[in-house]
Amino acid sequence: MPDTVNAVAFGILAFACLGGGVAMLTTKNIVHAAFWLLEISVAAAGVYYLLDATYIALVQLLVYAGAVAVLMIFSIMITLRRREDAIRPRDFSPLSAVLAVAFCAMMLVAVSGFEVPAHRVPALVPDLVAFGKLLFSVRGWALPFEIASLVLTAALVGAVWWSREGDE
Amino acid sequence: MRVGVEAFLMLAAVLFSLGLYGAVSKKGAVQVLMSLELMAVAVNINLVALSRFVTPVTMDGYFFTLFSMVISAAEVGLGLALVIAVYRRSRMSEITGLNELKG
Repeated sequence: MPDTVNAVAFGILAFACLGGGVAMLTTKNIVHAAFWLLEISVAAAGVYYLLDATYIALVQLLVYAGAVAVLMIFSIMITLRRREDAIRPRDFSPLSAVLAVAFCAMMLVAVSGFEVPAHRVPALVPDLVAFGKLLFSVRGWALPFEIASLVLTAALVGAVWWSREGDE
Repeated sequence: MRVGVEAFLMLAAVLFSLGLYGAVSKKGAVQVLMSLELMAVAVNINLVALSRFVTPVTMDGYFFTLFSMVISAAEVGLGLALVIAVYRRSRMSEITGLNELKG
C-alpha cells in the first residue's frame, strides 16, 4: 500500500485535465469543445481512481462522460441550424483573463501555505462495501440520498416541462 | 516520486480558474454551461483529495462529491432545457442577445 500517490500517473492525468481545459476554451468549433469536455471528464475519473474513490470514478464516467456529454452534444445539435454555426469566434476577453489569473494566483498562494493534518496518505482505505453501508444506513447518508433523488426527479420534470413544444 | 494533497489542490485551483475564465468570457450559452461543468469537476477533485488525505475512514468528501454530482447533473439538465426553450422563442443561443430586460 503506497503512502502517497504515484507522481507519474498524477502527472499524466493532470496534463490530460489541464490540456483538455485549455483546448476546450481555445477551440473554435463548439462540437470539438463538447468532446474536450468529455476527455476532461474521463481524466477526472482517472484522478478519482488514483485517490481510491472507485465508486466516485464509476459515477463520474456514467454521469459526466455518459449522460452529460450526450446531453451537451444533443443540445448543440438542436440549436445549430447550419454546420457553419458550430464555428464561433474565439472572443478573447482581457478582463475575464485578468479575473481568472488573479483568482488562480490567489488560490495557489493559499494552497501552498496550506497545512494538511496528514501529509501522507493513510494506508487504511475502506472498501466499496463500507462505502455502501455508510451510504444506505439511516445514521449515515440515507436521508440526503433520498433528498438527492427527489431533487433529481424534480429537475428532470422541470427540464421536460421547459423544453416541451411551447404554446406561447 | 510521489505527490501529496497539495498537488491535487493546485490542479483543482488551475482547473477552476480555466472554468471561471470560460464562464465569464464565452458568449454561447452551451459554452458557458460547459465551463460551469469544468468548475464543478475542479470542486469535486478538491473534495475527493481532501477526503482521501484527511478523513479516509468516514469518507465524508466522497459522499459530498456524490451529492455534488447529483446537483450538477440536475443543473446541466435544467440549463440545457432552458437553452432549448430560449432557442425556440428567439432562434438564438447567444446569451449576449438576451437583453430584453435591459433598462
